[in-house]
Amino acid sequence: MGILEVKDVNKRFGGLQALGNVNLSIAENSVHAIIGPNGAGKSTLLNCLVGKLIPDTGSVLFDGQSVLGRKAHEINQMGISRVFQTPEIFGDLTVFENVMIPCLAKRDGPFRMHAYEHMMDEADIVAQAAAMLDEVNMTDKRDMHAASLSRGDKRRLEMAMCLVQQPRLLLLDEPTAGMARADTNNTIELLRQIKQSRPITMVIIEHDMHVVFSLAERITVLAQGSPLVEDVPENIKGHPKVQEAYLGHAA
Amino acid sequence: MLGLNRKDLTLFLVVLGLVVFAPFLLNPFPDASGLARFNAGYPDLMQRFVIFGIFAIGFNILFGLTGYLSFGHAAFLGIGSYAGVWMMKLLTVNIVPAIIASTVIAGLASLVIGFICLRRSGIYFSILTLAFAQMSFALAYSVLTPITAGESGLQLSLSDPRILDGAAGNSIPAVNFFGITMRDGFDWAMGGWVFTFNFGYYFCATLMLVAFYLSIRIFRSPFGMMLRAVKSNQQRMNYTGLNPKPYTLAAFVISGMYAGLAGGLMVAVDPLAGADRMFWTASGEVVLMTILGGAGTLIGPVLGAGMIKYFENIFSRLNERDLNAMFDFLPDGLQGAAVAVAQMFVGDGWLLTLGLMFMLVVIFLPGGLVEGGQRIARLFRRKRPARRGPDSDRRSPQPSPHPGE
Repeated sequence: MGILEVKDVNKRFGGLQALGNVNLSIAENSVHAIIGPNGAGKSTLLNCLVGKLIPDTGSVLFDGQSVLGRKAHEINQMGISRVFQTPEIFGDLTVFENVMIPCLAKRDGPFRMHAYEHMMDEADIVAQAAAMLDEVNMTDKRDMHAASLSRGDKRRLEMAMCLVQQPRLLLLDEPTAGMARADTNNTIELLRQIKQSRPITMVIIEHDMHVVFSLAERITVLAQGSPLVEDVPENIKGHPKVQEAYLGHAA
Repeated sequence: MLGLNRKDLTLFLVVLGLVVFAPFLLNPFPDASGLARFNAGYPDLMQRFVIFGIFAIGFNILFGLTGYLSFGHAAFLGIGSYAGVWMMKLLTVNIVPAIIASTVIAGLASLVIGFICLRRSGIYFSILTLAFAQMSFALAYSVLTPITAGESGLQLSLSDPRILDGAAGNSIPAVNFFGITMRDGFDWAMGGWVFTFNFGYYFCATLMLVAFYLSIRIFRSPFGMMLRAVKSNQQRMNYTGLNPKPYTLAAFVISGMYAGLAGGLMVAVDPLAGADRMFWTASGEVVLMTILGGAGTLIGPVLGAGMIKYFENIFSRLNERDLNAMFDFLPDGLQGAAVAVAQMFVGDGWLLTLGLMFMLVVIFLPGGLVEGGQRIARLFRRKRPARRGPDSDRRSPQPSPHPGE
């Protein structure tokens, strides 16, 4: 059984069947990509995985536990982190504080009233955050306001914020959307390094085939709300059904 | 020292110095001179400076850190005042139980009101808090008259039980702190100056310093960082495994307790609590103080509170005769015109002065008076020969963006 099990998930918005009988099993420590043309239901599926949407039927199990109906912070505490399409960081805070917050969240849980200690006295947290910044090569930017970072650095910081919590599952929603080629390649390289350096499962939702075929070990193709094919990248590339879904019947 | 870093410690010591030497600093003009009316060094006003300082410091913990703009904080000020007077009526005219009760009861009230209002954010939160404050005002003004004495205001009377003091004689004993009455003090004449030292002021000032110190600790703590995270990005906070709700509620309760403390001190120096203290303009005033001084900065709210209270008390007391005296040096026709124009801005028109000042600050100094100070400091620094090269300015921390932007 995989770390993430999606069983018979259906989701309907009014007359639109957004997801129809989606079954998905994601193996632990693998990189699994979900691709599909616009409107295929990729984002809906992702929102079901993080509890933001509750499917009409079916179940989503993470490590044997249901994630449905849980709040975002509870899902994170289970060991799932999420990278957004546009980097979601704490813009008003410094880069270092951005990384300290997830460390504190991991150690102290969803709420702790430590209003009298000084931030920098939390030696273990400071060390953890510093090591993480070092790993993503951002030590020289630690005192900058996060909002003033470049797009690529924001993405890098967001990854650092997710990884410092040592999640078991990392969900990436179009991690290279709107990026220049160089930034895209940097991100791919970063994700490769991350994968090699620690046990982690990644689910990538992506448009960019270059990214998908550089990273994924297994690919699911969604079309019109249902999984079309699931296979290793080599077999997906030339698959006639995939080409049909992307290019229309003429192909 | 004191668990503060050097910069914060310096700031704290500066505030400590200002507060201790306020009777001198606020009385720069000799008593006999015509400018003496601009002196602010009399006990009543100095007490107001520090009490509203506490109120604004507390408000800043909520608004400056989390960005939740409460428009009903005066409710907690009023609740604190009523709780304080009731303690004096029921227990003793010693102010200690009164102040503790003000803080605790305002804290409980803010827990309830905050729990409800924090279900929404942004403008809806502001409207909800405003609604609660106006409801509290209406309750205090007319519905709950047995508790609040309605229009006349709640005050001490001879028939109060005062369990701990025992039955008093023919007069109501003075409000005191273990025997030292709040009105106690002495004047010190020196040359043309008279400096007034008042126990009530120093008592309130001590509590303001404690409140200020605690607010520095909160700002620099992991809890304070989480509050800034709430303001910055709640979505990321949720997906980082943090629940923003208890954080905002805690900030709301803390600032409610600060307001309660301020309300308690108001009745400690003058044991009379009226419903007008909860009116919505009073809530607006603390918002103005915080923004005028600099929301999210440590010292800003204190400066803002001082500034507004100074204008309220000094400008509003100027009248036509004072203006005539001030513009005496002008020829007759011009004098009349100058007085006519200036009159709009003093006396009852002081709010016009305040409004203009507020507009100028918000437009030209979005970070408040603190930003003004920083700009002046930077100007002086630039005049000195630059030894570190052009890079040094860029590395210094940039002012954080204003919540309104």
